[in-house]
Amino acid sequence: MKLKGAQIFIESLKKENVEYIFGIPGGAIIDLHDELYKQDDVKFVLTRHEQAAVHAADGYARSTGKPGVALLTSGPGATNGITGIATAHMDSIPLIVFTGQVPTILIGNDAFQEADIVGMTRSCTKHNFLVKDVKELAYTIKKAFYIATTGRPGPVLIDFPKDVQVTEAKFSYPETIHLRGYNPTYHGNLKQIKKVANAIAKAKKPLLYVGGGVITSNAHKEVIKLARKLRIPVFTTLMGIGTYPEDDELSLGMAGMHGTYRANMAIQYCDLLISVGARFDDRITGKVSEFAPNAKVVHIDIDPTSISKNIHVDYPLVGDAKIVLEEMLPMFDEYNSVDWDEVRKPWLTQINKWKNEHKLAYNEKEEQILPQYVIEKLAEITKDDDPIISTEVGQHQMWVAQFYTFREPRRLLTSGGLGTMGFGFPAGIGAQFANPDKPVYVFAGDGSFQMNEQELATLIAYDKPVKVIILNNGFLGMVRQWQDLFYGRRYAATNIEVQPSFVKLAESYGIKARRITKKSEVEEALLEMKDHTGPYILDAVIAREENVYPMVPAGAPISNMLLT
Amino acid sequence: MKRIFSIVVENESGVLSRVANLFSARGYNIESLNVAPINEMNLSRMTIVTEGDEVILEQIGKQLNKLIDVVKVTEYGDVPFVEREMALIKMHTDLGTRAEVLRIIDIFRGKVVDVSPDSYTVEVTGDSNKIDAILSLLEPLGIKELARTGKVAMIREKKK
Ligand SMILES: Cc1ncc(C[n+]2csc(CCOP(=O)(O)OP(=O)(O)O)c2C)c(N)n1
Repeated sequence: MKLKGAQIFIESLKKENVEYIFGIPGGAIIDLHDELYKQDDVKFVLTRHEQAAVHAADGYARSTGKPGVALLTSGPGATNGITGIATAHMDSIPLIVFTGQVPTILIGNDAFQEADIVGMTRSCTKHNFLVKDVKELAYTIKKAFYIATTGRPGPVLIDFPKDVQVTEAKFSYPETIHLRGYNPTYHGNLKQIKKVANAIAKAKKPLLYVGGGVITSNAHKEVIKLARKLRIPVFTTLMGIGTYPEDDELSLGMAGMHGTYRANMAIQYCDLLISVGARFDDRITGKVSEFAPNAKVVHIDIDPTSISKNIHVDYPLVGDAKIVLEEMLPMFDEYNSVDWDEVRKPWLTQINKWKNEHKLAYNEKEEQILPQYVIEKLAEITKDDDPIISTEVGQHQMWVAQFYTFREPRRLLTSGGLGTMGFGFPAGIGAQFANPDKPVYVFAGDGSFQMNEQELATLIAYDKPVKVIILNNGFLGMVRQWQDLFYGRRYAATNIEVQPSFVKLAESYGIKARRITKKSEVEEALLEMKDHTGPYILDAVIAREENVYPMVPAGAPISNMLLT
Repeated sequence: MKRIFSIVVENESGVLSRVANLFSARGYNIESLNVAPINEMNLSRMTIVTEGDEVILEQIGKQLNKLIDVVKVTEYGDVPFVEREMALIKMHTDLGTRAEVLRIIDIFRGKVVDVSPDSYTVEVTGDSNKIDAILSLLEPLGIKELARTGKVAMIREKKK
């Protein structure tokens, strides 16, 4: 039977078990929407801005591991989506973004709402396609899902001209697919795995460095096994938060620019740094030439380009983190007679000393609301709820990373690589669609929240009980902090105290909201929010000039921490 | 350090720009680039000459491999290989220079492929040194126009 391109689109999405598509309609995709309208399997979620649509698809993907799907119209719809696509690209999140395009005969003519979105997104997608012939549509969609979700995942864009949507072709969805230029390496080289295992077993001061790749490959259980078996302390990157329970004795929390003292010190003194699914980002390494000066480096990653990109690696190991660790773990059986507690004692004692020297802390006597306190309180009252926490970008994001205790992967949604303000709120909404039974909390700065606050309408339209806590300092806080510390307190363009009443704003959408200004109100307000069945906006007015510590100045060695 | 990358790519639209983009986005330099179909279905070969230190060259190789449309990457650096480049050179000629031009072409085993009353168009093939050498000899005699293909390369088979 022959189907129109628009119908092939729907049938293909069904084959891929797509539940939700996020986006905004337009002339170039009106035929797709017409077909979406006629069925119930694939549900369309209408956002109020395309950037938010892509972030919502991204939040869906981060919280589930399944690909997120967005549908944007041609021209401005597509260009509005680019920030979302680039955000997903930097964090290796699987997305399929469909964009409408002008009819094929008009492409290149500067037609109304034409944008060369394939050209524009070439460097911020894993791959992209322009479908010129309806006969290639199903195969292209299959390829897009395959590429987006395998190897090191990432966003794939399909540009879909209007005429292709209404032309007919026979529909058959390919079961399997082979791309001669794309063969990710999943199994590590066994000899190399053995070598790495030996190096790990011999190390006196080993340290696990765990990144978002461990979440992608679902390797957290293997990481935990490895750490516990050989008593190896673990730190994570921002993207790796949740892979290792942060209240475990071997956890050092997050390392890097705003990492814990003990994690950064451990990096500088370890003799073997075992990186799994991380990429030695400059926010972790600080000054590269003085990073981990005493350590040999193991780097396990599925993406060969990540290895030895920023730092010299002694033991490169290309492969999927889970598969590699599964293959490696039994190799330690030959060391079963070793008393690892005893072997590790001096190293763990040292780390414990660092831990006690400088804990993450804040002034507990302060009467104004301190952001760290709000976050700690929420962690406390949601301890048994297993919530998803989404953040915007800035100081509040770092405080969440420091002060919320994460125990499971896929619970923290945050834009790590691109650092996109405006990500957190829509990503939280997307996650709520994917996880109707889990509470979703968004921590936002007042600056970031205003970048996508229009999505309050989406919350109400779909009746999603997302809770937003605005840690409101009336500043673009993170930039102000840099100005405070490194630019003579010249607060250039960072004062944003001119702001709406967030309470009235929320209420104008019909959303319950509350503003608090005193520490004594925090706990009760958080409980009220938690117990409220619908969406809720809590505007917490915090001490305006609180800074995030520790802080390693950009480009300094990571042991150079400003502690207060 | 110079390096030649010879890559086999899918004949998809945009593949050239993907490769070029990779170089420009990461600040790598392309000295020459040459692309043409090969005798296999829907595949082309690109030959790229680039420069960088060992770390950058390793990254370039890996990044090229990562592109979905790139099927195979071969690097010419350490292994013996043959490289060739072709140049078309249009010479101003008059009675005083014709004989000299022909002599030089002959020495370099070039060919005259087009003649007019006041010009010769010359074709010459060889490795880049040879092309550079003939150009330096022809230069004083008056080069009107020059087109070089950029390098193509292949690994030498082992001699039994
Ligand atoms: C889209 C975007 N624009 C600009 C920046 C630069 N930037 C980084 S943090 C920050 C301030 C964020 O302010 P706010 O959301 O109020 O959070 P706070 O730091 O105060 O917690 C800015 C402007 C960014 N990360 N993203």
